[in-house]
Amino acid sequence: MPNSSHSVGVVSAQRAQFDTPLTFKSGAVLPRYELVYETYGALNSDKSNAILVCHALSGHHHVAGYYADDISKVGWWDTMIGPGKPVDTNKFFVIGLNNLGGCHGSTGPSSTNPETGKPYGASFPLVTVEDWVESQARLADLLGIKQFAAVMGGSLGGMQALQWSLSHPERVRHVLAIATAPRLTAQNIAFNDVARNAILTDPDFHGGNFYEHGVVPTRGLRLARMLGHITYLSDDAMADKFGRELLSGKLSYGYDIEFEIESYLRYQGDKFAAYFDANTYLLMTKALDYFDPAREYGDDLDKAFAAARANFLVLSFTTDWRFSPERSRAIVHSLLHNHLNVSYGEITSTHGHDSFLMQHTHYHEVMHAYLNNISREFTA
Amino acid sequence: MSAHHPVELAAARPDFAAIAEWIPQGASVLDLGCGDGSLLRYLKDTRKVRGYGVEIDDINIVACIQNGVNVIQGDLESGLSGFESDAFDFVLLSQTLQATRHTEPLMQEMLRVGHEGIVSFPNFGYWRGRLNVLLGNMPVSKDLPYQWYDTPNVHLCTLYDFETFCAEHHVHILERRVMTGNNEIRLLPNLLGSTAVYRFQRAT
Repeated sequence: MPNSSHSVGVVSAQRAQFDTPLTFKSGAVLPRYELVYETYGALNSDKSNAILVCHALSGHHHVAGYYADDISKVGWWDTMIGPGKPVDTNKFFVIGLNNLGGCHGSTGPSSTNPETGKPYGASFPLVTVEDWVESQARLADLLGIKQFAAVMGGSLGGMQALQWSLSHPERVRHVLAIATAPRLTAQNIAFNDVARNAILTDPDFHGGNFYEHGVVPTRGLRLARMLGHITYLSDDAMADKFGRELLSGKLSYGYDIEFEIESYLRYQGDKFAAYFDANTYLLMTKALDYFDPAREYGDDLDKAFAAARANFLVLSFTTDWRFSPERSRAIVHSLLHNHLNVSYGEITSTHGHDSFLMQHTHYHEVMHAYLNNISREFTA
Repeated sequence: MSAHHPVELAAARPDFAAIAEWIPQGASVLDLGCGDGSLLRYLKDTRKVRGYGVEIDDINIVACIQNGVNVIQGDLESGLSGFESDAFDFVLLSQTLQATRHTEPLMQEMLRVGHEGIVSFPNFGYWRGRLNVLLGNMPVSKDLPYQWYDTPNVHLCTLYDFETFCAEHHVHILERRVMTGNNEIRLLPNLLGSTAVYRFQRAT
């Protein structure tokens, strides 16, 4: 049984330098770049027990455990990964990385471009899910991993996991795609566009080159995050958590913060704007919008998955309206039509899209059971 | 795991062995209402089938994964629209028919998705059940373990009822096995058999 009290303990980040140019799907070329990553558990002798964890929009390489100098900095999927947890680090070697274009240490818009000595800013290429998978494959090469036992992720991370099965069918035995979609709906792209517009129209954005002006488009980032947060929660979860509670207990007939929900959203927005890079936010939302493996196959997702060889676990959450169960079922149906091994669970949860990050007994039991089967396929 | 050993499973669920006898090695199978995945697991172990189960219950989803079988969480009653026509050699409905609400459309869906269908169900014409009713109570037995007020079984039927249904709905019965426990019943099956297993296809 998963045990939430078990942590991988103190972890530290590592850096990998890549000097072979990476050509992006857009045609842009990045001559050299760095990826920052963490690993948990031990790689077995034939390197067959590795799991790659792909992060979502605002995620990074710090997936589990905590830092020696700051034990409050717990990894974003610590509930899922650790000794005795669903992703059992006594059995698996787990890799978390910060994606290219990120703002947590891997080369991204806020990194210094060695050719100009200035931050890349607006000149950093738009990265697609396919590009991320290529950069992740190079990291796997560096670590000597020919084939992952599993690639897993939620939301945008789930898209990367799916893409692994298409880009490198022979390099991934299992794909765990959680709270994700085979492509975004128009409504979903629309949310991303409003968030981007908040940033793009912030006077402090300076066309993406705000670094040299010594400012940050804080207002835009805040609004983008506030909007995002609304869509990650369910109506019910918000009602339960905040209802119509007033901070001061009475109406003030003004535009200051009155309702608890306003206070919460502004707090989340401020917290996020204080550390997240605006260009990274833009780039990540574009990667979400662009992901559409069926596009090259006349919008036929079945044909897109014809190349896949992996076994799949697909999970969705009942109150997730941003990446609804219906979107996960579309993935499942295409996998079925290709006679691939797939299991699908629709997890009853009140927490909307955020559910995939939360402690949830049944969700974790499903993950535990599936990963336990994977662990029987290799020897320590 | 010994609990899943094929021999033990067959002893506990005689309809498993009957179903397996009809399924050739390596067939593709869809098991509707697959429960904890025991039947699929049994067919995987004994017949090397490949396929999927469909199941609605959370606890059973975990059990299926633990049994190492593919399971799709969903409601049979909302249709099998995710499955392509003629996608499977066999579509199974083991001890589930009597608990389905929209039984007729489901039977048609089974034969759209599969070349052949197999169902097993408790025979409501079994003499012990008839005796119960005659004595004034709804039958409660090993095959029908529920009280009338908490039973999931909304469409119980007898062998005759099922065969009449098939004749009226373009379903062609290929084979029938009737059992009580592990014994095959050939004499007066609608009276002496507690469990029925049918193999059928679309009537041409």
